[in-house]
Amino acid sequence: MSATAAKPRSKPSWANELLYLARRYPLGVAGAIIMTVFVLAALFAGVVAPLDPFSTNPRASLAPPGSAYLLGADMMGRDVLSRIIHGARISLAVALGATFLGSGFGAALGLASGYVGGWFDLVVQRLGEIMQALPLLVMALVITASLGPSLPNTIIAIAIPLIPNVARVIRANVLSLRELPFVEAAKATGMSELRVAVVHVLPNTLAPLIVLATAQLGSTILTEASLSFLGLGVPEPYPSWGRMLSESAAEYVRTAPWLVIFPGLAISAVVFGANLLGDALRDALDPRQRD
Amino acid sequence: MSSVLEVTDLTTVFHTRRGLVRAVQGVSFTVNRGETLAIVGESGCGKTITALSLMRLLPIPPAEIVAGSVKVAGTDLLRVDDATMRRMRGSEIAMIFQEPMTALNPLITVGRQIAEMVMLHEGMGRAAARRKAVDMLRHVKIPEPERRAREYPHQMSGGMRQRAMIAMALACRPKVLVADEPTTALDVTIQAQILDLIGDLQRELGTAVVLITHDLGVVAEVAQRVVVMYAGRKVEEAPVAALFADPKHPYMRGLLASIPRVGTARGLASMDDRLQEIPGIVPPLNELPPGCAFAPRCKMADARCRAEAPPFEMKAADHAAACWKS
Repeated sequence: MSATAAKPRSKPSWANELLYLARRYPLGVAGAIIMTVFVLAALFAGVVAPLDPFSTNPRASLAPPGSAYLLGADMMGRDVLSRIIHGARISLAVALGATFLGSGFGAALGLASGYVGGWFDLVVQRLGEIMQALPLLVMALVITASLGPSLPNTIIAIAIPLIPNVARVIRANVLSLRELPFVEAAKATGMSELRVAVVHVLPNTLAPLIVLATAQLGSTILTEASLSFLGLGVPEPYPSWGRMLSESAAEYVRTAPWLVIFPGLAISAVVFGANLLGDALRDALDPRQRD
Repeated sequence: MSSVLEVTDLTTVFHTRRGLVRAVQGVSFTVNRGETLAIVGESGCGKTITALSLMRLLPIPPAEIVAGSVKVAGTDLLRVDDATMRRMRGSEIAMIFQEPMTALNPLITVGRQIAEMVMLHEGMGRAAARRKAVDMLRHVKIPEPERRAREYPHQMSGGMRQRAMIAMALACRPKVLVADEPTTALDVTIQAQILDLIGDLQRELGTAVVLITHDLGVVAEVAQRVVVMYAGRKVEEAPVAALFADPKHPYMRGLLASIPRVGTARGLASMDDRLQEIPGIVPPLNELPPGCAFAPRCKMADARCRAEAPPFEMKAADHAAACWKS
């Protein structure tokens, strides 16, 4: 036994908390690692990417994966790995941006709609139904066509059709929450309606919101792919995973499958990571799941 | 004695698809400082609607308070604007609910929920409010209040949650506490503790308590005066001893007769000792009979009872009832 057995117990509590959560939710940690890797790749794409994603090389056209091109090259001889790394910027910006924007506005609208009720609820829900009657892609098409193709416009175009879906789910949740005794009890303590809605009702809708948002993350990437394919997404030559996938899917899936597989894997990995992280977050944020 | 709560002619209706439901009709009562008034009656007689009308917590529409006044220390709650009413809630008139399991927000620590309310009404800073919350938890005899304040509602038992609710309700020293069946969801030993706690705090703070209950045992134990409600109306009011000794309204007599008495029953073999009941059910509030609402169930009812509503009048000193027959 050593005399210096006393452990340094002065670890800050948030570090302890983080360590505890990490042990409790190993899958969440895996999700966080996946997302961090992609975000870092996107942030430092210029440093991480082995080659220039824009430089073409006719002799390397459709080069299979090998030492020169780790994940192969596309028809114009551009390095697929570098394009995936640079594409992370656009795909993540679109996926996270559109999801946050759509979920944020949708949640706010759903909360207001469900909590206020009455004619306001009626109007909001009917407008939402009109929007939902149109296919997501058609809506996004119309919006980008009128705003013009650029990254922010693409994010807006993809976010807007998400709003009614989120608003609907949150509204349904709020309708049941607002009848619960603790909402009435909060009013009985003299809180204003707005405060009750934001402090007591909204946090209780977080669980379905997180599940919905992570589920939508994948579809936003694919919507962006469709828009890009139609020339209405983020303009060339900026690579996005969706466009890499959709441009090559029909033509090269047999002859040069790496053009399809690797961007597809990147999309799957992000969706997977986001779902793992989202599930863990949902549980970690609910005090009833702790102890 | 100074009355802190004066309810006069309170009338609350619901506009429903099946017509106008008169949930509370012309109910009046006063409660003095430090006094406990019990409102008793069976389910659906308008007890809870009366309580929610006092707090102005009913959803409007479909509910509407069409007449009456609710004066707390002279201020008529039914005449003030919404912002003033919000300030009054919690600081002048507070309420505790039947369901301690769901009356606290599951995502916020108990201490913070109390602190929020203190900050709201007394303009305290977060740290001071936090200390006050711990003080209040200690006050309602929750062991280890510092630790409990950091816990979430699901980590507490039902009785402890009801204590926490009481701590929250009384944190700003309201003049009036409306307790809507505060012990119904709790088991009997916890019931007694909670009632004792309310009584202790009431003596200490001078709070006037309106206790809504259907449990006559609870009434006998803690109330000084009792209002009996039937089908939205007040049918009898008296000090608790007088009411139990000599009920004037046949409904109240029926209620008292329906309490099982340990020691008098000689087992189920004897049919004479079967538990008394009041035949029939409460009439739907949207199709009340023209006369006395209790007439269809009353053994003493005659033609006048069925045709004409009896006035609420004094039957003895400090003992009033609405019945033609007493």
